[in-house]
Amino acid sequence: MSDKLVQVEHLQQYFPAGGFGKNKKYIQAVDDVSFYINKGETLGLVGESGCGKTTTGRSLLRLYEPTGGKIIYDNDVIFDKDNKIAVDMLPYRRKMQIVFQDPYASLDPRMTVGDIVGEAIDIHKLAASKQDRQDRIIEMLNRVGLNSEHANRYPHEFSGGQRQRVGIARALAVNPEFIVCDEPISALDVSIQAQVVNMFEDLQENLGLTYLFIAHDLSVVKHISNRIGVMYLGKMVELADSYELISNSLHPYTKSLISAIPIADPKVARASKRIVLEGDVPSPLNPPSGCRFRTRCPYADECCAQKQPEWKEVSKGHYVACHHLDKVN
Amino acid sequence: MGEYLVDIKNERLSFFTPAGEVKALNDVSMRLEEGEVLGIVGESGSGKSVTAYSLMGLTAHPGKLIGGSLDFNGHHINDMTEKDMRKIRGNEVSIIFQDPMTSLNPVYTIGNQIREVIMLHTGKNKKEANERAKELLTLVGINEPDKRLKQYPHELSGGMRQRVMIAIALACEPKLLIADEPTTALDVTIQAQILELMMELKDKLGMAIIMITHDLGIVASMCEKIAVMYAGKIVEYGTTDEIFYNPKHEYTKGLLRSIPRLDANEHERLVPIEGTPIDLLNPPKGCPFAPRCANCMKICLREMPPVTEFSDTHYTHCFMNQKAMLEGGNA
Repeated sequence: MSDKLVQVEHLQQYFPAGGFGKNKKYIQAVDDVSFYINKGETLGLVGESGCGKTTTGRSLLRLYEPTGGKIIYDNDVIFDKDNKIAVDMLPYRRKMQIVFQDPYASLDPRMTVGDIVGEAIDIHKLAASKQDRQDRIIEMLNRVGLNSEHANRYPHEFSGGQRQRVGIARALAVNPEFIVCDEPISALDVSIQAQVVNMFEDLQENLGLTYLFIAHDLSVVKHISNRIGVMYLGKMVELADSYELISNSLHPYTKSLISAIPIADPKVARASKRIVLEGDVPSPLNPPSGCRFRTRCPYADECCAQKQPEWKEVSKGHYVACHHLDKVN
Repeated sequence: MGEYLVDIKNERLSFFTPAGEVKALNDVSMRLEEGEVLGIVGESGSGKSVTAYSLMGLTAHPGKLIGGSLDFNGHHINDMTEKDMRKIRGNEVSIIFQDPMTSLNPVYTIGNQIREVIMLHTGKNKKEANERAKELLTLVGINEPDKRLKQYPHELSGGMRQRVMIAIALACEPKLLIADEPTTALDVTIQAQILELMMELKDKLGMAIIMITHDLGIVASMCEKIAVMYAGKIVEYGTTDEIFYNPKHEYTKGLLRSIPRLDANEHERLVPIEGTPIDLLNPPKGCPFAPRCANCMKICLREMPPVTEFSDTHYTHCFMNQKAMLEGGNA
């Protein structure tokens, strides 16, 4: 289908973690993850730290070379492990960009904001003249709510929220179609978060952008996304339309994740019962056999230890991987 | 005095940095009864942690208390020497920090660190302290306490470490527990475990808690009273219901509007608070929130707003509220 901008099939990302020969160990950061993103929509990705959401975003852009799977961008196969396809990414970098989590670490402290934004324009030779380059930089800064005098300043002169705007201006500089937003608001204060979230929405509306929005804060992800994927320990456990996912979650992990979020409304908070999960997330170095959630799942049995649950579509657009859907619901 | 466990009056605290005086706290007052849970919410740099730390006499070097009075459990903190302070720290008031990864000593075992507190404050010998340490670990829900006591912090997960921190803080059954963003570094499912544990222990041990956080969701479910801080001032104070259902100050209203709700049924655009927090080195005259306030009046830029009281528990510092009160009798 042509309205799918990004398609990921069976993406796998293992990182070597010591050991030799037979004993070589791998961190199974992302294992067999498949999804697609339609043009102009936002797909949210949530999960706890270490669940592989950031790795998924980066592997998708081939900032990490995936160890398996297939990535299709706008009907072009840009990576296919089985058929040994790995295209030159430079032309695609113009279309696929990323905004990083930490606005303090992701901007070069020795470059002016103008040069940070201009670098991408230089690499892709998008400006015909010096004047054109300057105009473009100013245009990008204006677009994210900064002005021309900011171009000659250095990152340390800005607040966290402003720096994140610079990071977004840098991503926008090449007129991309698709942006991976990797926890772009987690490092910001509450009152600033709303400003940046609104800006992402405005940019999407004006420029027709497609987002993969990664965050651990489910309420923000739900606010901005059309569909949401929930990850646990390198696996996608559930994916559905955002309202569907919140109101009709099927996977026990999603249910507990939703109930664990403190609601900013005292009456609702007092009335609601939390499903508190026991224990911690196991290590991705040595994940549990079968279903990876089974060690914390209240419904787990023998079957969960032996077989990996199948990733299946239970109703239109609602995917889930669990053996015991009838028991859970 | 007397009936309150904590009574802070008009506290002023500044950090004298080479760049100039940073007015971290400007006329902060709050009270806390025994067994009560108070939430302090605000953005980074609003003075939430500084308030709580000053109550323990933990103000860091260039910081100095320059006015007001602090009373805690019958002690007048202002006049206390470091030696006296040490006696109440850990015994009557203790603290859990934000980052459990860095607040435990990596080169000592968990057992060693828990025993240290117990032996220092109660005069128990090592064997008795070990027994007590085991009890504490069981209390905070850690299995196999014998094994854990011999482990080092790096061998435990983040949630586990925070449990150990809580065990250390509760070693002497303090009257007040200060929790400085205790779950910010943790994942949501682990956060739920820790919050559940804190409430359970509060009921069991009857201590008061000061919960410092920027997450309005956490205060909604845990706290009885809430202090909203902005730029070194408490801009609004009230019971949880008053703050959430009847907010008066523009900043509180703004905060509540700017967070997305998980249980919203349709897409509503967030209403952010425009602008950025003020620079505490050069604070403007008048109300610190005035530059970002939608209802800013001329007087707001000139003078500090006085207290407007709505009920025994609910007050704000805002000229708009003052005006409405004077005109209508009720805002």
